Amino acid sequence: MPRARVSAWLVAFPPFAWIALFLFTPYCLLFCYSFWSLDASQQLLRHATLANYLHLATTPLYVTVILRSMRIAFSVVVLSLLIGYPLACFLVFQAGKYKRILYQAVIIPLWISYLVRAYAWKVIFGNEGVMNTLLLWAHATRHPLGFLLYSPFAVIVTLTHIYVPFVVLPVVASLEKIPHELLESSSDLGATAWQTFTRVILPLSLPGVLSGATFAFLLSFGDFLAPLLLGGPSSVMIANIVANLFGADYNWPLGAAVAVLILVMVLVILTITQRLERRWRMA
Amino acid sequence: MKALSTTFACAAYGFLYLPIVVLVVYSFNLDGVGGFPPQHWTLNWYRTLFDDSAMWTAVANSAIVALSTVVLSMLIGFPAAYALDRYSFPGKAAFQRLVLLPLIVPGVITGISLLLLTVSSGFHLSLVTVILGHSTALTAVAATEILAGLAKLDRSLEEASADLGASRIQTLLRIVLPGLRTSLLGTALLVFTLSMDEIAVTFFLIGRENTLPLEIWSRLRRGATPEMNAIATLIFLFSVITIFLSQWLTTHQPEHAT
Repeated sequence: MPRARVSAWLVAFPPFAWIALFLFTPYCLLFCYSFWSLDASQQLLRHATLANYLHLATTPLYVTVILRSMRIAFSVVVLSLLIGYPLACFLVFQAGKYKRILYQAVIIPLWISYLVRAYAWKVIFGNEGVMNTLLLWAHATRHPLGFLLYSPFAVIVTLTHIYVPFVVLPVVASLEKIPHELLESSSDLGATAWQTFTRVILPLSLPGVLSGATFAFLLSFGDFLAPLLLGGPSSVMIANIVANLFGADYNWPLGAAVAVLILVMVLVILTITQRLERRWRMA
Repeated sequence: MKALSTTFACAAYGFLYLPIVVLVVYSFNLDGVGGFPPQHWTLNWYRTLFDDSAMWTAVANSAIVALSTVVLSMLIGFPAAYALDRYSFPGKAAFQRLVLLPLIVPGVITGISLLLLTVSSGFHLSLVTVILGHSTALTAVAATEILAGLAKLDRSLEEASADLGASRIQTLLRIVLPGLRTSLLGTALLVFTLSMDEIAVTFFLIGRENTLPLEIWSRLRRGATPEMNAIATLIFLFSVITIFLSQWLTTHQPEHAT
């Protein structure tokens, strides 16, 4: 074996061993568990069965919750893009000498505890929270608005707040790659600002949009903390079901089957968006 | 047009910073969380917090977990990134996918699959399992950041070093690692912060001792008190200091790092 190859294996071996043991093996175990079951006395039965998957396919609850999770994640993506895309354009084309510091200001919230931010929205949206007492104080409403907290609304706002920076960063990166001459020649050739935007800027920024959107979608889809903290019964998401089955509802095999389902969906969505991104990059 | 987009940007920053401002302001509010306008300023909630020994035990646990996670995820993440950047070997694409998978797989999946491993191998849940979970999840972050750092390195220095007869190990120790110093420090700080804040994976791997986020979490479920605002404000301050520290480290790198 050539020496370079030996040293490649030496370097790659420790991380490879770690990943095999603590990432690959656990995923395999998860897969195995999803085919096992519990007997009447809650003991694990290690016989392969499709019962868990059949249960998932035949119980409407799971389909409802999966569709709801997708709806919530999709709303988060749309809102994050509506806020993040113009913000990225502002940073790249108009921020001028303040660009660096304003860019940092988008990154700072990323470093702030997820829990702290989710809690802050709870303080804002609660019945005696800042928003409601402000509205009462300003006589904008007579009764506190109950729909603010413990609703999909609160979950969507919180997740949007968390994922806006994840959208801004890749969009800024792809906007910055657009050569300046391209924009100048577009306006020299008589294109209006709107035409330059729709024909040049938007198509060239799509890879950034796609990677930010994928990230926001997948991570909101699998979130279970925001629904637990800010959502009511009407905003239970699929990862909550997994958490419950591994907690109070004690049925690990069924929970593992739901988890495998989530994992498969994540991988499918990821593969599709990576294909799309590659095609757009080449075009 | 310009005025419009500036107004929009202000609104977007307002949205990003509103929760943080609210948290900080209400941590000084005597009458508790919420209630507009805030009145009766006080430091009471901070006093309560400083006397809260369970909270500080949780802070210490979190610090132990975060420090161990930094060490482990750098020890695994650096060789992983180095192998991915500098070598080609069979199965490289699959290896890269697997290493980076925890970045986009929801934490709940990583958490329960490691829980299954722990239980199947007869171990008990403790801070050790939490450290394992954090290291596995955050190695993906460390590897990504270090890969970006490696891509920015000037390859000609390494070639010169090899031409002058240095072995791979010598080149690694004398050229690559010093060149990566700021990137490694930045990565370590990021991993530390993320570990201090992790809940989704921790949730399933925690034993009897709570980390800080889980301590806060269990209290939040019992109801919000302004003491939570006080600890949140301190966490925010800590994050801001960390960011500026990492910024300062990356901009003030010594000119000739040897």
